[in-house]
Amino acid sequence: MRMFSTFRAALLLSIAAALPAAAQTTITFASFGGAYQAAQRKALLDPIEKALNITIKEDTLTGIADVRAQVGAKAVKWDVADLGGVSCARGAAEGLFEPLDYSVIKTDGIDKAMASKDWIGVIYYSTVIAYNTQKYGNNGPQSWADFWDTKKFPGTRSLGRGAAETFEIALMADGVDPQKLYPLDVDRALKSLEKIKKNVVAWWASGAQSAQLLKDGEADMVAIWNGRAGAVIKDGAKATINYNQGIFNIDCLVIPKGAKNAALAQKVIAMMVSPELQANIPALIDYGPINSKAFDTGKIPEAAKASINSSPVNAAKQTNMNFDYWRENLNKLTERMDAFLQQ
Amino acid sequence: MTAEAVADRLNAAGIRADARREKSALAALTAPSFVILGLMLFIPVGWLFWLSFIEDGAFSLENYTRMVVEPAYRSIFLTTLELSVLVTVLSVLLGYPVAYMIAMLPPRAASITLTLVLVPFWTAILVRTYAWLVLLQRRGVVNSVLMSWGIIDEPLQLVHNFTGTAIGMLHIMIPFLVLPLYANMRAIDRDYVRAAASLGASPVTAFFKVYLPLSIPGLAAGTVMVFIICLGFYITPQFLGGGRVTTISMKIQQNVATYFNWGAASSLGVVLFLSTILIFWGFSRLFPLRRITEVGGS
Repeated sequence: MRMFSTFRAALLLSIAAALPAAAQTTITFASFGGAYQAAQRKALLDPIEKALNITIKEDTLTGIADVRAQVGAKAVKWDVADLGGVSCARGAAEGLFEPLDYSVIKTDGIDKAMASKDWIGVIYYSTVIAYNTQKYGNNGPQSWADFWDTKKFPGTRSLGRGAAETFEIALMADGVDPQKLYPLDVDRALKSLEKIKKNVVAWWASGAQSAQLLKDGEADMVAIWNGRAGAVIKDGAKATINYNQGIFNIDCLVIPKGAKNAALAQKVIAMMVSPELQANIPALIDYGPINSKAFDTGKIPEAAKASINSSPVNAAKQTNMNFDYWRENLNKLTERMDAFLQQ
Repeated sequence: MTAEAVADRLNAAGIRADARREKSALAALTAPSFVILGLMLFIPVGWLFWLSFIEDGAFSLENYTRMVVEPAYRSIFLTTLELSVLVTVLSVLLGYPVAYMIAMLPPRAASITLTLVLVPFWTAILVRTYAWLVLLQRRGVVNSVLMSWGIIDEPLQLVHNFTGTAIGMLHIMIPFLVLPLYANMRAIDRDYVRAAASLGASPVTAFFKVYLPLSIPGLAAGTVMVFIICLGFYITPQFLGGGRVTTISMKIQQNVATYFNWGAASSLGVVLFLSTILIFWGFSRLFPLRRITEVGGS
């Protein structure tokens, strides 16, 4: 009896001791939800919780407007937020983020263009060529110049209706060196688009639409995000992709200005971009590790590397989107693209 | 003062008190909807109107000059207008005979036919839009049938353009024309048409001289409703327009996304709102609505 109550007292004491500690080590991570965030939970958050002995709460966001609202109202709920590449560049210019501490976050294996003062990439996605294998067999277009070549590859095309990515593609099709795209020659891009316009069956407005066009065979070739193409191909669509002249885009991590657990957030981000955890990503979702050292961990099977967009063999074929350029020019070029589509 | 006069005055006072009570009861009943309208419509709309003149915290017309300087806006407004006029005209041409037929049918058949109009009306717009995509695309039902019958060799471009958008919108808008028109037609006394016939009018003359004018109130109500709803279309042109058709609503959404600034979007809303009012005003000059409603009421 006596022993039992001592045990109980000890138990109560230890719970009491644990409570404030647990409260201190909870941080909140916000991302885009869905399959993407579920993959992030498994690949990144679960191992971090275990390693750092903390709790990571999750929330969802729709974009930079959410971060701006919290920072503006000085009511910051999130410690780490996941945003698109251009949003990170834009938010950094607006001063919405805490600077990242690169004495904590190690960037070995991460492209310098993907790690900035206030943000760092977390995954790569690519805009690539996908084509219908019923139409072209395995000899479909292998470059954007092929994509533009309606004699060699008759058939319908689909491109994104946004200026970003579509202008880069149009320039590469016209022979511009993928490494020398920026600043974009907009007039040349529009002239190039003019050549393909009548073969474009639809200018897609969303990732879902691009996938539908590919799956239904409405477009024989589509400039599409690799994750979207991968999903419909797994689903049985008669299509394939290649990474030639693909455009790398990223999702990136930021610490909103005024985040309550900024110091801990630095550690969490450091782990999220570490090779060990980055290597967990490809098995769960069609996005590539931002850290190329992930491919040296032995976690990623050799056979899988050929299909992962950021594996060394595929990365060599692709080019980076310049987020700062688009932050500066998105408004202006969107109007140009709109005027072009309306003609 | 006679007893009768006193009774009269008491009576009058009682009636006035009743009228007052009725008025305040009516005010109490309508107050909630006025409050909701005020809070949820006028305040946010007013706030968005205000924001359309603000840029970086200062008064600015930038959101409006953009519409003049950038060539995209002019054609977006024109596209929206063309699409709305076309769909409205086609709705009238296709919807009037339907409403007329339902009004002429015996009650049982009329209610069945009306249900046939209502079922698509009750189906979600997104579902119907996707259904049109399945029907109209290159390897869709329509093209497959036409090709298997040997009518065409190459698939027709029926969707991802202006045509597909108009077809999808027309399908959505016809019930909006049929329903008010049918309600109006049902109230038309068919003895008028018989009287015209008995006085020697041919069926065609009787229709155009008697029936059609009597149905104008319902037709006008339906037309205005169809046209104004068309001006705000978003989902259908987004899915069936293939990027070639941009309506004002789509541009509003796009401006929210690219400018990160409510004013860039709400200024478009302001212009759309004002042009709708202007069009409505022009319409009411052509078809005096007051007279129309009086006719409808008589």
